[in-house]
Order: sequence, then C-alpha cells, then structure tokens
Amino acid sequence: MTQYVFYFLSFLAILSALMVVFSKNPIHSVLYLVLTFFAIAGHYVLLNAQFLAVVHIVVYAGAIMVLFLYVLMLLNLNVDAEPVKKNWVKFAGVLSGGLLMLTLVATFHKAETMPLIQDNPEIGVTANLGKILFNEFALPFEISSVLLLSAMIGAIMLSKKDTKK
Amino acid sequence: METPISYVPILIQLAVALGFVVTTIIATHFLGPKRKTKKKLDPFECGIESSGNARVPYSVRYFLTAILFVLFDVEVIFMYPWAVNFKALGLTGLLEMFLFIGLLLLGFFYVIKKGALKWEDNN
Repeated sequence: MTQYVFYFLSFLAILSALMVVFSKNPIHSVLYLVLTFFAIAGHYVLLNAQFLAVVHIVVYAGAIMVLFLYVLMLLNLNVDAEPVKKNWVKFAGVLSGGLLMLTLVATFHKAETMPLIQDNPEIGVTANLGKILFNEFALPFEISSVLLLSAMIGAIMLSKKDTKK
Repeated sequence: METPISYVPILIQLAVALGFVVTTIIATHFLGPKRKTKKKLDPFECGIESSGNARVPYSVRYFLTAILFVLFDVEVIFMYPWAVNFKALGLTGLLEMFLFIGLLLLGFFYVIKKGALKWEDNN
C-alpha cells in the first residue's frame, strides 16, 4: 500500500515539476509548483515527518506561492514584452545545467547507500518535535522571532516611502 | 502512536473536496444554457467598452502585504507544536510563547505605526 502511494506521489512530483519548466504561462508554472509541493508533503507524511508535511503545505504551498504569484503580477506579463534570449546565453545555460547534473549523478552514483538509522523514528511527529523545540531548543526558537521581526522591518524599510519629515 | 496510515482520513477528505470541485466544474458545462453570440462573449466593463488588457504590472504595495502575510504565517506554524503539548510544557512553555509572540507583536505595532497596511491614494 505504502509503496503504491510512494510511486504515485513520485510520479506526480516529477510530472508537475517538469510541467513547471515546460509551461509557457508563468502563472501555470506557479500552479504546477503548488502541485509539486503537495506531492512532496505527501512524501514527508510517508517518511513519518508529519510536522514538516504541515509546514510544507501551510508555508510553502500557501504563503510562498502566494508571494510568487504576487511577484509575477508585479512583472509585465505581456507576450510581446518577453525578451528573446541570445543563442550564446541559451548555450551557457544548457552547459552549466548539464555540468551540474553530471556532478550530481556522479556523486550519487559513487556514494554508498547506507541504511538510515534514526535514534528516534518518531521524532517527526508534531508532539515529540514540540517537546524538543520548547525544552532543548528554546533559545533558537526565541531568536527566530527576532529574525522574523527584522524581516518585517526590512520589508517595510524597502518598500515604504517615508512621506513625513 | 502516529503512522502514515493515520493520515488516510485527511487523504479521503482531500479527495472528496477535490472531487466535488472537479465534478461541479464539469457538471456546469453540461447543465448550464449557452448562448454564444458576439454580445454575450464580449468582456463586460460597466457598460463602457473595455480597453487594454489585464496583464498590467501591479503596485508594489501588494507585495508588502504578501511579505507580511508570509512572516505571520511562519509565526503561526510555531504555535502548532506548542498547542499539541500545551499541558505537558506547563508555565515554561507559556512564558516562552509569550516572549515569542511579544517580539512579533512589537513588529506588528511597528507595521501599524508605519502605516504599512494603509492604502494611500497617491504616490
């Protein structure tokens, strides 16, 4: 049962990831990316990392993709405004992408596959994760709120003109 | 004890929700009457003839709202593992969360004070 779900999710993830690259309309690309994220969230559930799955759906598929859509709407999406890339730019892109793929394939081909042994296979479950987060990692948790605060201030500083003064 | 199997109800719910949407979209195509005249297919804009197209760049102010939404969304995610073992964490967990929320509330007041959510007419 789990195996079939894994194959289905992998198929869905790869197919929609390919559609992200191949679809002409950027809005369609974003929507396919949402589908990819949902498939990956399913993988997280299969790996017994439920919290990560929820974060993936709420933050990535929800918030980050909304941000992507907003960015697309800020751009000029008229077809005639699309700049045509020069041939050497295309060639450089294919070359660098191919090199990256070669490196990755070679690395994973050589790498020995070791069976994954976890101290605690239940760590991904939300309740256990919360216990660790709020006891051992309380300080990083509080610091993350400072990070969010600084991001908030930075966003306002960048996009808000100070009309007073 | 939570296993991937305990998420099957969510999967079923997802399938039902998606199935409903897809079924209604397909059903309306067959059920609704269609009169494809030129007047009916015209884009309608308050009686005035429409001009230009809809693909114009939006104001950057939408982006600020989206960024703030993402930040508060990340904040809410931290409440999820906290709420699940609220009783087990006791007073310490409550104080930790108060500090976390307090710092973000500071940011929220800054946002309000700066008028980032206000929608001025010109600039």
